[in-house]
Amino acid sequence: MAQAETGMHPVIRGETAAKKKSRIVQFARLLMKSPTGMIGFLIILGFVFFGVAGAWVSPYDPTHTEFSKKLLPPMTDGHILGTDQLGRDMLSRIIHGTQISLIIGVTTVFFAGTIGTVIGIITGYFRGWIDTVLMRVVDVQLSFPFILLVLIINAVIGAGLRNIIISLVIAGWVVYARIVRSEVLALREKEFILSCEATGVPRWEIILKHILPNLLTPIIILSSLQVATFIIAEASISFLGFGVQPPQPAWGNMLSEGKNYIFSSWWLITFPGLAIVFVSLGVNFFGDWLRDVLDPQLKGK
Amino acid sequence: MQTKPLLEIKHLKKYYNIDQGWFKPNISVKAVDDVTFQVYKGETFGLVGESGCGKSTTGRTILRLNEPTSGDIRFEGQDISQLPYPEMRKLRRKMQMVFQDPYASLNPKKTIRQILTEPLRVHGLYTPEERVQKALEILEIVGLSKYHLDRYPHEFSGGQRQRIGIARAVILRPELIIADEPVSALDLSIQSQVINLLLNLQKEFNLTYVFISHDLGVVQHITDRVGVMYLGKIIELANTEDLFAAPKHPYTKALISAVPVSHPSEKKERIILTGDVPSPVNPPAGCPFHPRCPEAMDKCRSEKPPVVQLDNNHTVLCHLLA
Amino acid sequence: MSTNRTPILEIRNLKTYFDTAHGEVKAVNGIDLKIYEGETVGIVGESGCGKSVTSLSIMGLLPKPLASIKEGHIYLGDKDLTKLKDKQMRKIRGNDIAMIFQEPMTSLNPVFTIGQQLSEPLKQHTKLGKKEIRERIIEMLNLVGIPRAEAIIDEYPHQLSGGMRQRVMISLAMLCKPKLLIADEPTTALDVTIQAQILELMKKLKAETQMGMLLITHDLGVVAEVCDRVVVMYAGQVVEDTDINRLFDSPQHPYTRGLLKSMPKHNARKSLLNTISGSVPTPNELPVGCTFAPRCPDAFDKCWAKRPSLFDLGNQLSRCWLHEKEDAEGGSHANEAVTRD
Repeated sequence: MAQAETGMHPVIRGETAAKKKSRIVQFARLLMKSPTGMIGFLIILGFVFFGVAGAWVSPYDPTHTEFSKKLLPPMTDGHILGTDQLGRDMLSRIIHGTQISLIIGVTTVFFAGTIGTVIGIITGYFRGWIDTVLMRVVDVQLSFPFILLVLIINAVIGAGLRNIIISLVIAGWVVYARIVRSEVLALREKEFILSCEATGVPRWEIILKHILPNLLTPIIILSSLQVATFIIAEASISFLGFGVQPPQPAWGNMLSEGKNYIFSSWWLITFPGLAIVFVSLGVNFFGDWLRDVLDPQLKGK
Repeated sequence: MQTKPLLEIKHLKKYYNIDQGWFKPNISVKAVDDVTFQVYKGETFGLVGESGCGKSTTGRTILRLNEPTSGDIRFEGQDISQLPYPEMRKLRRKMQMVFQDPYASLNPKKTIRQILTEPLRVHGLYTPEERVQKALEILEIVGLSKYHLDRYPHEFSGGQRQRIGIARAVILRPELIIADEPVSALDLSIQSQVINLLLNLQKEFNLTYVFISHDLGVVQHITDRVGVMYLGKIIELANTEDLFAAPKHPYTKALISAVPVSHPSEKKERIILTGDVPSPVNPPAGCPFHPRCPEAMDKCRSEKPPVVQLDNNHTVLCHLLA
Repeated sequence: MSTNRTPILEIRNLKTYFDTAHGEVKAVNGIDLKIYEGETVGIVGESGCGKSVTSLSIMGLLPKPLASIKEGHIYLGDKDLTKLKDKQMRKIRGNDIAMIFQEPMTSLNPVFTIGQQLSEPLKQHTKLGKKEIRERIIEMLNLVGIPRAEAIIDEYPHQLSGGMRQRVMISLAMLCKPKLLIADEPTTALDVTIQAQILELMKKLKAETQMGMLLITHDLGVVAEVCDRVVVMYAGQVVEDTDINRLFDSPQHPYTRGLLKSMPKHNARKSLLNTISGSVPTPNELPVGCTFAPRCPDAFDKCWAKRPSLFDLGNQLSRCWLHEKEDAEGGSHANEAVTRD
C-alpha cells in the first residue's frame, strides 16, 4: 500500500523485494538463536498443520462411535491416545479439535484486532468527545471479568461456533483499542507526524500511510499473545457448555465430557488439557520472542 | 525598510487546559500569552528564550499545528487563524517547518524518495517522473546525492537527516519556513554546515525564516530581528545588532551576559539571575519577570508592564523604561 | 605550571573497546591524560569521540559485558584502577572520585528525599552519626548555594527545579571531599541563565578546594569559562592537548582550528561560517591513516597512509603530520612525543 507510488520503478521494486527476502533470512537467524522462540514457532507450525490438514491425517473419524471399544487406555488396539466413553478415537478428536481452536484464534484476533485498531486510531488521533465516550465504554467493559462477559453475551445470543466467535470479538476488541489508542497518542506528537501536518498531507493519508505502518509492530505482538487468550477462552466456554456443541469435537467440550471419568480414565481430560497448554505456551513463547525482536526499545545495541 | 509584512501576528494566545479530573476547576497554562510581531519578506526573524518560554508553541501555533486560543495570524494579508482545514492544508504549501530532532522528524519506514516526493504529491504538483526529478534536484542543493534516494532515514547521520528535513521543507518552494531549533541537536562541526545551508537557501529562494532557538550565538549570527520570550510573552523585540549591542530589558541583559565567553581572557560583566523560570501554570502577578529581576520596583509586583516603543522599532515590555 | 608535581590521575594508553553485533568498536583508542591537584581539565569532542567512555572507564562504570578496557592503565595516586575488583572500586567511587551527570532530572531517585540520597555516600564511606551527617549535608547544600537547606533536605527531587537538582548532584559529589570530580556535560541540559549559575558555582568550588576536575563537554564556551587545560578528542584519540589560552590563541591541530573557526562569534554576522566538511566518522568507517584526513583541508599523502602520533610542540601536543613537515622544512622543533600507534 505504501509502496504504491514506487510501482512504476521496477528497479526499486526489485530492491525492496531483495530487502524483504534478506529480512526473512535475518528473522530465521534470530529465531535459531532463541530456544524458546524456536519451540514456540515449531508448536505453532504443528498447530497450523493439524488445523488445516486434520481431516486427512487423523487416523479415525472423530465422531464414529464404537461402544465395544469404549474407554480404552492409550496405546491399545491401534488407538494411540485411547478412546472415550463412546469409543471414539481420542487422537482423531484432538486433531479435529485443533481446527476449531485455529478458527477461533485466527478469526477472533482478526475481527477484534480490526475493530479495536480502527476505534483506537479514531479515538487517539481525533480525541474530543468521541474519545471520551468510547474510552468510557472500554473502561466499563474492562471492569467485567473477560470470561463472565463472554458468557453473558453467549447466554443472550446462544451457543455454537459462530456465536462464540461473535461474543469473543465483542469482549476482545477493547484490549486492542486501548493499546492502539495509547500508541497513536504517542505517535501523533512525533515530529515526523507533525511534519506531515505541516507539509499539508491529508489526514486520511497521515493515518493510513504514516500512523498505521508504525502501529503494525505493537499490533502483531499483541495479536500473537491474544491468540492464546482467545483459544483458552473458547475452551473454557465450551467446557461450560456454551461453545461448540457435541458431537463436534473441541478441546473444551472434550474436557467437559471427560471430567466425569477423571478418576477412572485419566486420558480423557489429560490429552485435550495438554493440547491447550502446549498451544497457548507455544503461542506465548513465540509472542515473547517476537516482542524482543521487534520492540526497538529492547533491541538497543 | 520593508513595506508589507509577510506574516503578521497580533495578540496571539495559546492556552492549554489541564484537566484536573471531575469536579475540580481546570487549570489553564498560558503557553503563549498575547504575542504580537511582524515578519517581513526575505528576513530572518529570531525567537529566543529558555525552555518553557513558549517559543516553540508560538511557531507551531502560527502553522496551526496547534489551534490558537485567540488572536490574529495574517499570512500575506489573509487571516488564517480561523481558516477551515481544507484551505489551511492547501496554504501549507507556502509555509513549512523544519524540526529540531533529525532522528524523530523523518518517518523511519519511508525511503528518502517517498519522504521528498510526498509534499509534491499531496499538493498535486507535477507528474510522478517530474517529482522524482525535483527530489533529485533538491538533494543536490542540500548537499546529498542521487545515491541517497532509495535509502531509509536510519542509514544517515544526524547532520544528513537534518539536510533531508530541510529539503522536504524547501521542495515546495515555500514563502516562509519556521525552523524550530534546527541545529540544536547537531554536533558542533555539523551545526555550522547546516547554518550555511540555511543561509544559502535563503539567498537562492528568497526565503523568509522564523528561527526559533535558545542558542544566542547562532541567533546573533543568522537573524535580522529578534524577539526575546519569557513566560509566553515577547519582552523585548529589536534589530539583532541593537539587541545584542544594547539590550534594554533586564532579562535580556541577564540572558546575553550569561552566554559563556568565547575566549578565556574575555572578561564579562555577568548578571547572575537567582532562581528559576517560574511555572507558566501560575505565573507571577504584575511583570512575570519581577521575582528574578535585579531592578524590580514595587510597581512591577502588581501592574502589568506597558509596551514601550524606543527608537529604531525597538520595543520593550518593562516599567523601568516607561 | 604543573610539571613537577605528581598527578592525581594519570591515564596511560587507555583502550576501551565495545563488542557489538557489527564487530569490535574502538571507542577509546589509546589516550593519555594527566590531571594535577587543583587543575580543571576539559575533554572536548563531538558525539562518538570517546569522551564519555573515557569518564566511564575511570569510574569503572562501563556497561559490563559490552565494553571492556583492553589495554592501558588508570592511576589514581599509586593505585591502578583497571586492576581493582568491583568491591574495591566501590570504595573509591563517591569517596576519592565523584561524578556528576548531564541529566539532573533522571540522576536522582524520585522516591527518596534529598537528605536520604545525600546521606548514602556518608554512610558508605564515613563513620559519622545521624546528626553529624545531617549537619554535614546542610553545610554542603549551603555551600552549593541552595536556599532553605534545612527544608530542602526533607523534600523530594520532583519538588526542585532543574538547576536546583544539578546543585544537589554537585553537593552529592562533593560530600566526601573527593580528590577528583568528573563532570560529564554538567550544564548541557540546562538553560543559559541556569548554566551561568552552575558555572559560577563550579568556579567557586575550584577556587575553594584543591580538587582536580575533569570536565567533559562539547561546548567550547564552557571550556573557556572554567578549564585550565584542554584535551581535544576525535574518533577515540587525543588530537590536541594544551593549556586553555594556547588552545584559543594558537590551536595546532586542523580539527581544533576548524572547530574554533566555525563558532559564529568568530565569523562576520550573516556571513557563511567557516566549516569542517564531511561528517563525524562512525567507528567502523575509520580510515587507515589519520582519522581526520577525510575532513582535513590540509591533508597530504602521508596523512592517508599512516596514522600520526602526538607531536610535542613544547607545552602543546598535536596529532598531525603537518608538524613533521614543518620541522623538515626548518620550522619549529617538533618532536614525536609518543611513539605508540
